[in-house]
Amino acid sequence: MLAFSIYDFSTLTKSIHESLLSTFSPGWTMTIEWTIIGLILILFAAIAVLILVYVERKVAAFFQLRLGPNRVGPYGIFQTVADFIKLLMKEHITSKNADKFLFNLAPFIIVTAALLGIGAIPFALGLHVFDINIGLFYLTAVSSVGVLGILIGGWAGNNKYSLIGALRSGAQIVSYELSITLSLLVIVVLVGSLQLSDIIASQENGWWIFKGHISAWIAFVIFMIAGTAETNRGPFDLAEAESELTAGFHTEYSGIKFAMFFLAEYLSLFIITSIGAIVFFGGWMPFHIGSWEAFNNIMDYIPPIVWFFSKVSALIGLIMWFKWTFPRLRIDQLLNLEWKYLLPINLFNLILVSFIVLMGWYF
Amino acid sequence: MEAVKEKTDLKTQEYFVNMGPQHPSTHGVLRLMLGLDGEIITSIQPHIGYVHRSIEKMCEFDNYRQIVHLTDRMDYLSSHTSNEAVSMLIENALEIEVSDRVKVIRTIFDELSRISSHQLWWASVGMDLGALTAFLYGFRDREMINDIFEETCGARLTMNYNVPGGLMFDIHPNFQKRVKEFITHFKTKLPEYDQLLSDNVIFRMRTEGIGVISKEDAISFGLSGPTARASGVALDLRKSHPYMAYDRVDFESIVMDSGDTYARYKVRILEMWESMKIIEQLIDNIPEGDIQAPTKALIKLPKGEFYQRVETARGDFGVYVVSEGGKSPYRLKFRSPSFSNLFSLTQMAVGGKIADLVAMMATLDIVVPDIDR
Repeated sequence: MLAFSIYDFSTLTKSIHESLLSTFSPGWTMTIEWTIIGLILILFAAIAVLILVYVERKVAAFFQLRLGPNRVGPYGIFQTVADFIKLLMKEHITSKNADKFLFNLAPFIIVTAALLGIGAIPFALGLHVFDINIGLFYLTAVSSVGVLGILIGGWAGNNKYSLIGALRSGAQIVSYELSITLSLLVIVVLVGSLQLSDIIASQENGWWIFKGHISAWIAFVIFMIAGTAETNRGPFDLAEAESELTAGFHTEYSGIKFAMFFLAEYLSLFIITSIGAIVFFGGWMPFHIGSWEAFNNIMDYIPPIVWFFSKVSALIGLIMWFKWTFPRLRIDQLLNLEWKYLLPINLFNLILVSFIVLMGWYF
Repeated sequence: MEAVKEKTDLKTQEYFVNMGPQHPSTHGVLRLMLGLDGEIITSIQPHIGYVHRSIEKMCEFDNYRQIVHLTDRMDYLSSHTSNEAVSMLIENALEIEVSDRVKVIRTIFDELSRISSHQLWWASVGMDLGALTAFLYGFRDREMINDIFEETCGARLTMNYNVPGGLMFDIHPNFQKRVKEFITHFKTKLPEYDQLLSDNVIFRMRTEGIGVISKEDAISFGLSGPTARASGVALDLRKSHPYMAYDRVDFESIVMDSGDTYARYKVRILEMWESMKIIEQLIDNIPEGDIQAPTKALIKLPKGEFYQRVETARGDFGVYVVSEGGKSPYRLKFRSPSFSNLFSLTQMAVGGKIADLVAMMATLDIVVPDIDR
């Protein structure tokens, strides 16, 4: 019999594990478990992207006085499914003189990099595939592997626009990686651990955005700017820059390979906002205020998984708002912003927070 | 050691990119041959002629009434104004006096098409700079003007409303009411344009100090319209050679000095306010009168040379006709503002980045069929 509680998934996973152990040998149990987890993650990634694309189109329509998709299914909810099927059936075009091996490899690198991140995200209490002691480091590390796919894809397509897009993207992601990491370090200094479960547990009596004084706010603002840049989204979508480079690094891709770039873009959006939600807003941790017992108990009634996804949705909404409002930056302005403003502010902020922690001025 | 030496011998190389003829930000089939050093533009050569329809040659075989309608297909965003130029040329050559009513209605239509052209330009500036939302805001407001045109003359873009001697038909009974509705609507929406783009930090960074054209250069390139006025050249035919009802309205010709992309942007935004001012002064005072002066069915211009200029949304549009006295011109030449404005790019863009080029192109506000004719 499976024990299930929406508040703590560890009972469910434990009971699945035990029932499998009672039938199979430990080795087979492990194989079956990892297969199930893998399938669930891939399925989750696919569904999350389908939903995100739909949401993006509806949000864009809302900003632009349009209706958005409204023909396929009620409110057009199957529009992205239909688009996906269309992309699946389209012809694979490889441009002349392209480096065929690298050209076909690039979409896989970029999707794999995005998928790697999903496993380390704690969706709810007990719903966490692997909780390693360097979880945050792992997430920032794998999210920067994707740039390899962009560089390879841009170079292999034998198109000058793609090449410019890829070079822009390389410069951009390498720079903004610094900001992301440094802004996350601010919270790591406060928590004293890189393990994601520790970071979440430390926010039981208040999220870091509220407890972390001004430092957490600065870190959060920088994280959102750098995160938008990291995911190649407007106003930092220089790698695509459709009005300058037609489609940037994926100009030459068609059909399902193009869809994989699309998939990776939205997956990395999800991962970046998840990191933001975990580090600054307590992940699945409900909204608690210090010692207000009654209030905290009411908040605990809302399941952790709902908390997590509503925080992620709010951050995704914010990033989409950026995209549909701001014009695009120029490449030199983009790099100036990082190296002349964000990085010094970040370093100063890190010193400030270290001082706060040293003096014990936080609760 | 050998490997190190090889590395230090690495050279960078200039390369060429064909921007267009199919490219999202060339606004039509225009090809720019760019020499690039990384992202920096070292040379730029516009190649035109992809939509050449030899309109000038066709005019030599058409009669004068037909020529009016060919001008629609050149600068499609100010088709009314181009029609008007040819009509006025014929009227002046034959010394036909059009009624006051025609003058006022033509002026209102001119200004409405100027606003609608600037709205479309604003929409595409936003899109070129990556603010896709601006595009639909521009089109929302332009739709109202198109509806007004449609109601009166049946067409939304290529209007054919002018004929030699006046207008094809009278205005629709709803015309005044709907124009006033539009003015009240647009007065609340134009500040939104400023909020969305003009005052945006990124937009200001992208446009200020970019693509500067000095006053002297503007004159020697033959720039006209808002592009010239942004460089401090006070050239506005509505002021210097008032035609139709422009001599009886009070408005300001916007002139700015900095000559950069932002100045060109701002001039057009302020011009929309001025156009609304002109329409407001005229809309309640449309005099009674004939909408067409009597003309012969087959118009023949006297022997000689004729020239007529009007101020379109893009600048100084001129029609030059050499007549041998026949029913069609011996030779006809259009002076289109976009053609001169485009070639100032060759000076502006060099040394800038690709992204700057897109911003400059956007604020030059070129219409490619007007360049190629």
